[in-house]
Amino acid sequence: MPGKYINVTDATFKAEVLDSPVPVLVDFWAAWCGPCRAIAPTIAAVAEAFEGKAKVAKVNVDENQVVPMHYNIRSIPTLLFFSQGTVADHVVGNVSKRELTRRLDNLVGQAV
Amino acid sequence: MTRPVLPADVDFGAAEQHRVIIIGSGPAGYTAALYAARANLSPVVIAGIEPGGQLTTTTDVENYPGYADGVMGPQMMEDFQRQAARFGAGIRSGIVTHVDFSERPFRLVVDEEVPMAADAVIIATGASARYLGLENEKRLLGRGVSACATCDGAFFRGVELAVVGGGDSAMEESLFLTRFATKVYLIHRRDALRASKIMQQRVFDNDKIEILWNTMVVDVLGQDEVSGVRLRSAQTGEERDLPVGGFFVAIGHTPNTALFKGWLESDAQGYLITEPRSTHTNIPGVFACGDAQDHVYRQAVTAAGTGCMAAIDAERFLAAEPAA
Repeated sequence: MPGKYINVTDATFKAEVLDSPVPVLVDFWAAWCGPCRAIAPTIAAVAEAFEGKAKVAKVNVDENQVVPMHYNIRSIPTLLFFSQGTVADHVVGNVSKRELTRRLDNLVGQAV
Repeated sequence: MTRPVLPADVDFGAAEQHRVIIIGSGPAGYTAALYAARANLSPVVIAGIEPGGQLTTTTDVENYPGYADGVMGPQMMEDFQRQAARFGAGIRSGIVTHVDFSERPFRLVVDEEVPMAADAVIIATGASARYLGLENEKRLLGRGVSACATCDGAFFRGVELAVVGGGDSAMEESLFLTRFATKVYLIHRRDALRASKIMQQRVFDNDKIEILWNTMVVDVLGQDEVSGVRLRSAQTGEERDLPVGGFFVAIGHTPNTALFKGWLESDAQGYLITEPRSTHTNIPGVFACGDAQDHVYRQAVTAAGTGCMAAIDAERFLAAEPAA
């Protein structure tokens, strides 16, 4: 399912996430983080399920420090849900696909 | 005891039927899968919320026999998975959200919507990190409170940190955190550690770690992020605040067995009870292995050992019982 989510950097964060017309789920992760690897298939599945309705973006915290620091990320995986440029919801740690879907559905519903 | 009911909208007429379903994918689950696969039982592993289990959040594993030079925890679990898959074990991502053990075939629901049925079930759901249970600890989780130094340590470069606990995980977390922190306070409520001697020695030898003996953490301080912890002396009851930029909890584990409440017998802490020298639970055909039923040893190698036992117990059970 690659290609359904986008990789976002410090440089592209504003355009891809803050200025996005649809809600964005942002996954802060790193290659060395076991729980991040564990949640990756769930993130990919959610990205596919919400294609066209919401965006799913990943921020590698090793390669990008500005955005994680701005949002005070102190734990990974952290998932932030953005709606119209602001953080509407957040989850720290592993979470089920059902739960992610539920939270993203909420935002998509509000955005309409 | 009240038993949870299955979601009404899940249609078991369409359920996949299996001989053996294994719930959990740590050393116990994958070893059960390996043995069950080699017994031609075509087992299916439902990997759960943390595929690979607790070892995926550790660094070096130095005490698993066979890895003479040590191995990284996540790598070891990939090896376990690969070995089980090589003999045909099916491995699915997903979380078992409901079980019905009232009759065989047993019924399970994955992710609240996928029905599955099995003649035998092996429970290998393991355990999760325990927290102190303080309100502010929960509020600041991910904002400086963590139970996973390997996940979060790198966000605490150049600050002082506190770790609470006295076992091997507390030693490992403290040692790991010295890579980033300027200083690590190891807070322990007694005057002696429970950790293995080799891990204790490494902590004693590390200049960056200061142990605060006979000390309890009674609150976590900070508005939007952790700014300190409030300590209480176990001897005098005196309280003081220790300014730290992060707080890591390593005080032990609770078994992931809430799913089985009402079906399986457990002890006061929630560990599943198995018949002595076996993995049989109180329901014939349901077996339990690994940390979900072991509060004594809790090692990767003992979990793998009981996982093997569970697969053999399940194989014998299925050979003696006609398929339901």
